[in-house]
Amino acid sequence: MSELAIVSSSPHAHSGSSVQRIMLDVIIALVPAMAAATYAFGWDAIRLISACVLACVASEGVSRKWMGRDLGVEDLSAVITGILLAFNLPPSLPTWMAVVGSVFAIVICKQLFGGIGYNPFNPALAGRVMLLISFPVFMTTWSTWGIPAPLAVDAITTATPLGLVKTAIATTGELPFTFNGATALQLFVGNQNGCIGEVSAAALLLGGLYMLVRRCISWHIPVAYLGTVTLFSAILWLHHPQQNLNPGFHLLAGGLMLGAIFMATDMVTSPVTKRGMLVFGAGCGLLTMLVRKWGGYPEGVSFAILLMNAVTPLINRATRPRVFGAVKKKKA
Amino acid sequence: MGASTANFRAPGGIHPAYHKDLAAEQPIAEMPLPAMLVVSMSQHLGKPAEPTVKKGDTVLRGQVIGEAAGFISAAVHAPTSGTVKLVAAVATAAGPRATAITIVPDGEDTWVEGITPCPGWQTLDKKAIAEKIAAAGITGMGGAGFPTHVKVSPPPEAEIDTLILNGAECEPYLTADYRLMIEHAARIWEGALIIAKALEATTIRVAIEDNKPQAIAAMQDAIPAEAKDAQVVVLKTEYPQGAEKQQIFAITGREVPCGGLPLNVGIVVENVGTTLAVWEAVVNGLPLTERVTTVTGGPIATPGNVKARLGTSYADLVEFCGGTSGTISKIISGGPMMGFAQPDLACGTTKTTSGLLLLGPDAVQAYESMPCISCGRCVGVCPMKLMPNELSQFLEAEDYETAEAYNVMDCIECGCCAFECPAHRPLVQHMRRGKAQVMLIRRKQAS
Ligand code: SF4
Ligand code: SF4
Repeated sequence: MSELAIVSSSPHAHSGSSVQRIMLDVIIALVPAMAAATYAFGWDAIRLISACVLACVASEGVSRKWMGRDLGVEDLSAVITGILLAFNLPPSLPTWMAVVGSVFAIVICKQLFGGIGYNPFNPALAGRVMLLISFPVFMTTWSTWGIPAPLAVDAITTATPLGLVKTAIATTGELPFTFNGATALQLFVGNQNGCIGEVSAAALLLGGLYMLVRRCISWHIPVAYLGTVTLFSAILWLHHPQQNLNPGFHLLAGGLMLGAIFMATDMVTSPVTKRGMLVFGAGCGLLTMLVRKWGGYPEGVSFAILLMNAVTPLINRATRPRVFGAVKKKKA
Repeated sequence: MGASTANFRAPGGIHPAYHKDLAAEQPIAEMPLPAMLVVSMSQHLGKPAEPTVKKGDTVLRGQVIGEAAGFISAAVHAPTSGTVKLVAAVATAAGPRATAITIVPDGEDTWVEGITPCPGWQTLDKKAIAEKIAAAGITGMGGAGFPTHVKVSPPPEAEIDTLILNGAECEPYLTADYRLMIEHAARIWEGALIIAKALEATTIRVAIEDNKPQAIAAMQDAIPAEAKDAQVVVLKTEYPQGAEKQQIFAITGREVPCGGLPLNVGIVVENVGTTLAVWEAVVNGLPLTERVTTVTGGPIATPGNVKARLGTSYADLVEFCGGTSGTISKIISGGPMMGFAQPDLACGTTKTTSGLLLLGPDAVQAYESMPCISCGRCVGVCPMKLMPNELSQFLEAEDYETAEAYNVMDCIECGCCAFECPAHRPLVQHMRRGKAQVMLIRRKQAS
């Protein structure tokens, strides 16, 4: 043997996983929801998704160059931020606003904090909230929506189902419609008003299943999140069925599925321990319901997740596993 | 009594590709004497042995050539008869240099005088058993190489009730213990009875992973009639089921305290190869002069399980296995998870050389390390329930105090975290360096 062999520290085997592969899997998991968005909103969905993805990738590449980071855009994380931000936008939003949101998400919320792995907040959600604060009207303008019979109070509305409920309860003190099997099915397949990526629970669940199988996410956060929302809304509903919609509606309407499956599970900004993930998910669920029931906005998913992002380091610390062999010294 | 399954599930663990099929069905082959043996004085944990021969001396097989230097040390014996050609420091497989004695065999393989078999070992008391084990220079042959006579002479206050024979062999590629269990089940059991007698332990458990049904059957069939409470326990195939603390937990549910030893929970664990060596030492009176090493990996022409004299160079082992084909990217002493990478085949085998693994370019990849993406995988797979993600960050920042507070010293360097990490962070490297630094700081504070 003429050449020396490679000497490196053990282990000499690797699972073959990589950040890029995980990100690619998340993108694959987003495909059904992208298809559903395109089906529901047509050109607007394509316009917003491409604008956000391009703007995210471009600003990621440029800012990494400026900041002298040796990593490029090949880890694909900027693509995901782009898709998820677009998913959180109303279909009529002007393209330039989507671009502003994307640049903010990547440059301010991610690269200024140190780039991939260092951002405390989910960049897509931070981008959305920034847009919501800067352009409140555009961010809450929904296209007209022909509501099929069971959901209808009037045949055409420009609100989201959650918004409809909130306004109705505030003005009349009554629910605007009853929620039954037929309405559930509509929401499930995506026949509702809303941000482009949140309308079809079915497509989002399909993506979630894929990510579970590919181990991009574990069940803990989505289950704790959705479970808490179910429990909370069930208590309200059983207590006061005239003023509260049942858990089924809460699960299927608004950005909950998108949030619970794709946003709250963002690895960088959620806890690393399994117990921490359960706490995180439950916290998201609780905050979401608080906003939906008593907050100023009809929807609370973004705020809930961002707030929980902020306490993720604390949750990690509080749920540090008991080291194998610690404490349980031989019974004295 | 049939084989039982483990009652408890140790934390963490991974499922690497095992590649055991390469050598598993190859019966143990005895290698002829090579032209030269380079016998290290540092074959075990603890102080290296002191050479007792010098250049030009003639030695006989089984003659002491290195004396144990203190209690936690072990004697080294000449693996064959011949002439001492050199006494000098050479690099060991783990890296640091240590004195080694080079012997040129005379081809006669003459045993030293005074070998005394003792088939009626039942009459020996525990002290006599421990002495025979110490005289034979036996050390743990599975991993770290802790001197066995120390393990079998626990302090009187430690009440040992259970002896666990570790036949898990959870490292990928390695099959030496597997072959030993299939080919020498009865001897291993008798060795276990001897050790149990020394420990006054009443319970014996043999731990084998469920991917080795033949070994399970062989050990099951060979349970001796005189053993009172002996059982084969089948473990789920998972790395690192062979790690001492995890194995103890899986079988008994007892948790070895941090920084403690198995004897703190009344248990001693011995590798099956070590147990066979004990049988040889007590029943046949033979010191440890050879061991079975799995020589395997893609580039090896005919992988196998080779019984070779201690000090056989890796190059000779490879040649005995038909040489190599293709490029050799990595040479590993031991298994892929915890073994030591070697620059070349110069090293000689020791009592702990469980495997010699050659990897071709297809099995070796260079990775660029990325920032941690907090995926939590390392946390989930750590069998010690550490948080390698944050530990590695403390260590990167040279914050050894915090790392120590968060139990870096409990890391067993199993490699599960680094195996899983999608960001390809050199987590184990950080842990190793961190442990060394903490030891240094502790020593400085002590003095
Ligand atoms: S090498 Fe250490 S930190 Fe990593 S998994 Fe093993 S015990 Fe845990
Ligand atoms: S496995 Fe790697 S990327 Fe994931 S949390 Fe651990 S160190 Fe970070």
